[in-house]
Amino acid sequence: MRLKVQDLNFWYSPKMPILRDINLELAESELLGVVGPNGAGKSTLLRCIDRILIPRKGTIMLNGRDIRTIDRLELASKIGYIPQSGSQVFPATVFDTVLLGRRPYIGWRSSERDEEKVLETLKLLNIEDLALRDINELSGGQQQKVFIARALTQEPELLLLDEPTSNLDIRHQLEVMELVKRVIREQGISAIMAIHDLNLAARYADRILMMKEGRIYAEGKPASVLNAENIRRVYGVEVELNNHNGRPYIIPLRAVNWA
Amino acid sequence: MVISGTEDLKSQYKRFIGRKILFILVTIAFTFAIAGIAALVGSYYPPISFVEVYTIIWQVIPKIVNNHGYIAAHGIDAFFREYLTGKEFVIWELRLPRIILGVFAGMGLAIAGTAMQGILRNPLASPFTLGISAGAGFGATLALIPGIALVGGEYFVIGNAFIFAMVPSFVIIGLSRYRRATPETMILAGIAMFYMFEGMTTLLRFSAIPEDEAEVFHWLVGTLGKASWANIIPVSAIVAICILPLIWKSWDLNVLGAGDEAAKSLGVNVERIRVYILLIASLLTAGIICFTGIIGFIGLVAPHICRMVIGGDNRFLIPASGFFGAALLLSADTLARTIVAMVLPVGAVTYFLGGPLFLYLILKRRREFW
Repeated sequence: MRLKVQDLNFWYSPKMPILRDINLELAESELLGVVGPNGAGKSTLLRCIDRILIPRKGTIMLNGRDIRTIDRLELASKIGYIPQSGSQVFPATVFDTVLLGRRPYIGWRSSERDEEKVLETLKLLNIEDLALRDINELSGGQQQKVFIARALTQEPELLLLDEPTSNLDIRHQLEVMELVKRVIREQGISAIMAIHDLNLAARYADRILMMKEGRIYAEGKPASVLNAENIRRVYGVEVELNNHNGRPYIIPLRAVNWA
Repeated sequence: MVISGTEDLKSQYKRFIGRKILFILVTIAFTFAIAGIAALVGSYYPPISFVEVYTIIWQVIPKIVNNHGYIAAHGIDAFFREYLTGKEFVIWELRLPRIILGVFAGMGLAIAGTAMQGILRNPLASPFTLGISAGAGFGATLALIPGIALVGGEYFVIGNAFIFAMVPSFVIIGLSRYRRATPETMILAGIAMFYMFEGMTTLLRFSAIPEDEAEVFHWLVGTLGKASWANIIPVSAIVAICILPLIWKSWDLNVLGAGDEAAKSLGVNVERIRVYILLIASLLTAGIICFTGIIGFIGLVAPHICRMVIGGDNRFLIPASGFFGAALLLSADTLARTIVAMVLPVGAVTYFLGGPLFLYLILKRRREFW
């Protein structure tokens, strides 16, 4: 088991818990899709797993080691985190941004090997032509690929993706998802992806975790979790379900009252 | 721009790095050239030529080395009076200290500004917005008007300015124990400190007698006029000691630029490095302005101009803006000494130069922040 989360709890103030008793497991090369309405705790879960936020209760084991015993730099060589959007204020080229992924391996100056690794990754994602462009000049889809490249140069075992497809057009959504799927398959990386688009989740995730108000509401194969009853109870939306190559395809119909 | 093949991209990247190194070399050359020009300016007659300046600087060094015993016994100023010719004395005793102070002050202020903008990811961050200058101003005023000083003796204005310049950083760091040390919290706290110190300074000046008030005024505008060999030593030591760790951590500064969450996931202890760099940058600023008074704009403008030319990579930006700041401050000071018969305070000149220059840059910028 690559990742094991036990009884994870997180809150900013004890009266308003954000995550409640989360338990989950993740195998090698597995892609877990985390779905749920806004504020369900998806992003917080990812941040706790990467120790960007410190859990109040519970343990997170990575390859059998408690992540609290792993120092931040070593953790960075095991877990790659891909934020929803960048917050780069000052100019930075794509090359230099991706080079930051080598931070766990570099002391003061980057070496030839680090630069090779960056080139390799840019090539893998087919974005070499962007190498010397400023990241702030790129489109959302291109930026998302750059962040994925940065995470991959960390040579991680686990990728955490926070809404990788929000703000992307349908072509970039597919490109990014195919890319994630490919690196998972080729490099044996496991991934957890918080995602709003239920159809993308159904299509690409091996397993789905459905969250509601900080708790896990349902978990399992896409076809079993993404059913009309669960979606109505969690999102308050009535849907029509179609079957597309063995995976559910969801058409939202109307917002309904919670029951 | 189409790039084909990895080899091409590699050589392109090498050239990209090469351009940054070239820019740093140009700023170094510029600093030396302006230092030479600055040494020409003065009322000594007959005027000393450009070549002569460098010759004199070069020739006196062996004299210093050979007579280090005398210097140790009687001090450097007495040595210059006894052993040097008229021209040598003018250069070494009167002009060189001012130039060296200008170089170190410009370099230190620019690098402190670069580091502050880097950790706070904010283009407006500078010793001013963090309240450091206002703290120093209040400390000096407190020493000059009611004569309340935390350090006694000859250095009491300097010591007071230094101590109060460090207060805002300690307050900001203290606050960050209760609220998370986000850039926004730090900047807001810095601005609060700025207003508090400004207010207290105004109150003190309001009740001051005209003589004291004049002294305060001179201190607050900032000048290199108080340069001497005695105060170059502490300034250069502080600048050297503070710059090294900032260069050492320039890679972490780059990582911070990607945002707090990304930086954490890349292995950087964000809160700790932010406090650590804030402390060093404050020390650097305080160590300079307690000797020079408040010289504004260098810390804000130098990093911006260099960022426009070579981009935001702090590994190159820190040395580049350091030398650019040195050249900028020296130019401003030389200008201040030449445009009118009396010597203007360089602090005022940097505002006059910096303001329009900055407006021009804002108009010309390509993107949001270069």
